[in-house]
Amino acid sequence: MDLSYSHEERQFREEVRAFLSQNLSPALADKVRLGARLGKSDHEAWHAKLNARGWLASSWPLEYGGTGWTAVQRQIFEDELALAHAPRIVPFGLTMLGPVLQKFGNEEQKRRFLPRILSGEDWWCQGYSEPGAGSDLATLRTSAVRQGRHYLVNGQKTWTTLGQFANWIFCLVRTDKDVKPQAGISFLLIDMTSPGVSVRPIVLIDGAAEVNEVFFDNVEVPVENLVGEENDGWTYAKYLLTHERTNIAGLGFSKAGLANVKRIASAEAFDEGLLIDNPHFAARLAQVEIDLMAMATTNSRVIAKAAAGQAPGAESSMLKVKGTLIRQEITDLNRRAVGPYAMPFLPEAVEGGCNEEPVIPDYAVMQSAQYFNNRKLSIFGGSNEIQRTIICKAILEL
Amino acid sequence: MNFQLTEERQMLKESLRRFFAQNQDLGLDEFWKALAELGVIGAMFSEKQGGYGGEGFDLSVVFEELGRAGLKAPLMQSGVLAGGLLTQLGNDDQQALVEQIIAGRLQLAFAHGEPRSRYLLRHVSTTAKNCDGGFRLDGHKSVVINAERAKKLIVSARTSGTFNDAGGISLFVVDKDLQGLQVHGYQTLDGVDAAEVRLENCVLPKSAMLGQEGQAFDAIEYQVARATAALCAESLGAMESAKELTVDYIKTRQQFGVAIGKFQALQHRMADVLIEIEQARSATINVCGHLEAERGSRELHVSAAKNLIGRVGRLVAEECIQLHGGIGMTQEYRLGAVAKRMIMIDHEWGDSDHHLQRFIELSRG
Ligand SMILES: Cc1cc2nc3c(=O)[nH]c(=O)nc-3n(C[C@H](O)[C@H](O)[C@H](O)COP(=O)(O)OP(=O)(O)OC[C@H]3O[C@@H](n4cnc5c(N)ncnc54)[C@H](O)[C@@H]3O)c2cc1C
Repeated sequence: MDLSYSHEERQFREEVRAFLSQNLSPALADKVRLGARLGKSDHEAWHAKLNARGWLASSWPLEYGGTGWTAVQRQIFEDELALAHAPRIVPFGLTMLGPVLQKFGNEEQKRRFLPRILSGEDWWCQGYSEPGAGSDLATLRTSAVRQGRHYLVNGQKTWTTLGQFANWIFCLVRTDKDVKPQAGISFLLIDMTSPGVSVRPIVLIDGAAEVNEVFFDNVEVPVENLVGEENDGWTYAKYLLTHERTNIAGLGFSKAGLANVKRIASAEAFDEGLLIDNPHFAARLAQVEIDLMAMATTNSRVIAKAAAGQAPGAESSMLKVKGTLIRQEITDLNRRAVGPYAMPFLPEAVEGGCNEEPVIPDYAVMQSAQYFNNRKLSIFGGSNEIQRTIICKAILEL
Repeated sequence: MNFQLTEERQMLKESLRRFFAQNQDLGLDEFWKALAELGVIGAMFSEKQGGYGGEGFDLSVVFEELGRAGLKAPLMQSGVLAGGLLTQLGNDDQQALVEQIIAGRLQLAFAHGEPRSRYLLRHVSTTAKNCDGGFRLDGHKSVVINAERAKKLIVSARTSGTFNDAGGISLFVVDKDLQGLQVHGYQTLDGVDAAEVRLENCVLPKSAMLGQEGQAFDAIEYQVARATAALCAESLGAMESAKELTVDYIKTRQQFGVAIGKFQALQHRMADVLIEIEQARSATINVCGHLEAERGSRELHVSAAKNLIGRVGRLVAEECIQLHGGIGMTQEYRLGAVAKRMIMIDHEWGDSDHHLQRFIELSRG
């Protein structure tokens, strides 16, 4: 066994760091570090910088404009970006739709859509969940009825992340009602500027306008926008869910989060000293750090197995559960670290556009909001309960 | 032992539950007036003080119902903290303010915490220096709840000693329009009005002092103990609400062809939530029953209860959100407000870590 990075891998890491120091502006990094909410233009500008370097689609093969990196390189890249407080790469086009089109899309679809994901011309969102179909996704009801050269789509999607910025949505729709639920689902690409599409924001518990309801009222979708075969959508959906697994544990975010807790605890007063020197707080911090060190290796082990030709199967459920628990624990540490200043909520600081000094320490402003916002991690992407059920069935064979 | 509420408290509880359920939308001022009319503010004070309650279990009955209903009122600030300090330490003029509080005509705030004090009650850096027969106050008080609405603040400041001494802390009754006093208001994550209060060259007459010079710490600790007991009860009410919402929801939400409450994985989680809420109720009873005990025993129960409530509040908030799925993450759905309240309570007068450490110190005697 060899746990260290090779010479080439270390060189690669230096290259990533150099790129970050030249391209990530301190103002944007501060916004991310403080947990301020990013606008559409923040994301677009950052994507454009990565794209200019050829690093936006880190998991795509070279032929489609990807990097062709190894799993280890991708992990290094993700860690470095997170540690430098770069905005996260918006995943819907890049890590969700891209791989599905590459595997199941026809040539025309690949030519039409993949370059526009890279250029930022299209912003995609994910239309899977519905009010009645969450964990039990296969019971989704949004219907697409074929009428000559187009499908007529009716129904509703919900929890659509950043749908307010998107001009395209990839949807699971029902094309056959008379078969077992999984067998009547198709994968459809829908232009959100089509007549009959409307988007309504859902405000989250921390006040964030992050998710939306998307309604389809007699929307005409050209048949060319069907991916793969009609009624085969469930296969593609599952592929999408299992394809991009290297970052499911969110390791980079946890490492960055932990560094942030330490920074805050080194600034916060405690009695006659600093919080970081308080044994009770230090013990909590150490506990999470110990978990995270092991998690990094668990993550690498799962990836290594997959890289050796085995698909990361149910093991990725393990990464999801433990990885999200660690991330959530870190947000809890952060709110504790700021003490009574976990209480104020300053809307003017939320967008990071606050010109005057906030009335409380800047690092404290978003901590409770972040704590609540990150409850989502154990709910979406297959809830942690669903992941545990997968582990029970697929690994433990219970 | 007898764990029954007295008949009066039982009646108060029932009438409050009805009233709060029917009056969810009252504005803060109207609600405050209504509380006065219902005699709720009076329940924070003993008969001798002009009220008809004032014991731990009077506070807990009221605050549990407030927490259950998810309603906000400056009852803690005016009725328990500032009101309590006035009755405990006030001269005749200052005592006279209590009547106005009970009648709903006066709101107060207690300005004690500071940017570097975290949760340590003795940590006061704001200074009060002698000047022209009175005092000059300088300092910064943080997260002062109800400061904007309050007509007067009770401000702690140091008349002697260093920032970390229990001795040397004095209290002052300060008019809000005092020259040099600045209030920068904001809301907390759970929608409570709070503020940063800055005092710069605030000149006060000697008569503004509340109690003996430099001797305020014991009274502060005692009134904060009462407030902590009330907060525990408020959190308990919020927990009960969260539990009820969640049980109702998982009984009706269908996935995979059944109500999700049929999944044993979720049933066991809710069973744990119930067990922990019962523990929280017991801890609240413990602290309420020991508010008049000698200091060591009282404070031990304060820290025990607040530590346990902090831990259980987190568990209940997180589990109830999780078991709801996406809907639990929305601002509109009622669970969010109670969950936020439970977590914010952890940050008032000491979180579970602070009280764990304090419990260890206190139990060493
Ligand atoms: C912030 C946020 C962003 C999201 N973004 C998107 C998006 O962009 N696109 C999209 O399509 N969706 C998105 N989702 C939706 C997400 O995928 C769903 O919330 C998730 O699938 C859970 O579904 P649900 O909310 O309906 O909860 P439910 O499925 O109703 O689950 C409620 C609870 O029951 C549990 N449960 C359900 N079934 C079982 C079982 N068999 N055994 C044990 N426990 C069970 C769940 O784990 C959960 O605790 C987002 C959700 C959130 C919160």
